[in-house]
Amino acid sequence: MLGKYYRLQMTSVSSIMIRITGLGLIVAILLTVWWILAAALSEGQFAVVNAIVTSWFGVLVYAASAWAVWYHLLGGLRHFLFDSLRGMEIHTAERLGWAMFIGATVLTVLTILVAVL
Amino acid sequence: MRYLTARKRAEGLGSAHHGTGHHIAMTVSGWALLFIVPVFVVVLARTLGGGIEEVRATFSNPFVAILTGLFLFVGMRHFAKGAQMTFEDYAHGFTREALIMATNALSYLTIAAGFYALVKLAL
Repeated sequence: MLGKYYRLQMTSVSSIMIRITGLGLIVAILLTVWWILAAALSEGQFAVVNAIVTSWFGVLVYAASAWAVWYHLLGGLRHFLFDSLRGMEIHTAERLGWAMFIGATVLTVLTILVAVL
Repeated sequence: MRYLTARKRAEGLGSAHHGTGHHIAMTVSGWALLFIVPVFVVVLARTLGGGIEEVRATFSNPFVAILTGLFLFVGMRHFAKGAQMTFEDYAHGFTREALIMATNALSYLTIAAGFYALVKLAL
């Protein structure tokens, strides 16, 4: 497994995290579609789904998904950069990895501010 | 003299045995989502926590409805193709094929359910 036989590096960890965040976003998307569908169908169904959406579980899912979506988006931007044959030097790629983690965290804080203010 | 070209010898060697079209599709949908996702995230962040009237009003707005439809269609197809790459890397044989089909089914089901909700709210 990663880390046990092969030391973790910023390049490999920042890459696999794009895949993990992308797959993980399915939870928030399914919850959101269920929420909109319930709002379209009836007040009773909306009450059930909205209780999940606004519970601690729902808040946790959306907060984690905010980080995931921003990280995944920044990772995609890095892919476009790599595809243009730029940023491939190890030092640059490692700095871009740090930029993705820090950038996603900053954007998540801003998103939470947009949500609560 | 080799009659087969270098391209012919290289084709099909990756874990998926194909992929240029797949990579281009991910790049194209990725660029689209780069513009769609930030706007959708802001709209969703502003709407989450609201009551049913607020949610219905938001998603029956023409701009939000079209944005949400685009997000779901482009996003869920991007998801299915991205998940397919994961399965092609880690799963094999029947399991791989079954997982790819199930993901595509989930993708289209989510799009259809979302579109149905948006149409119902718009009318």
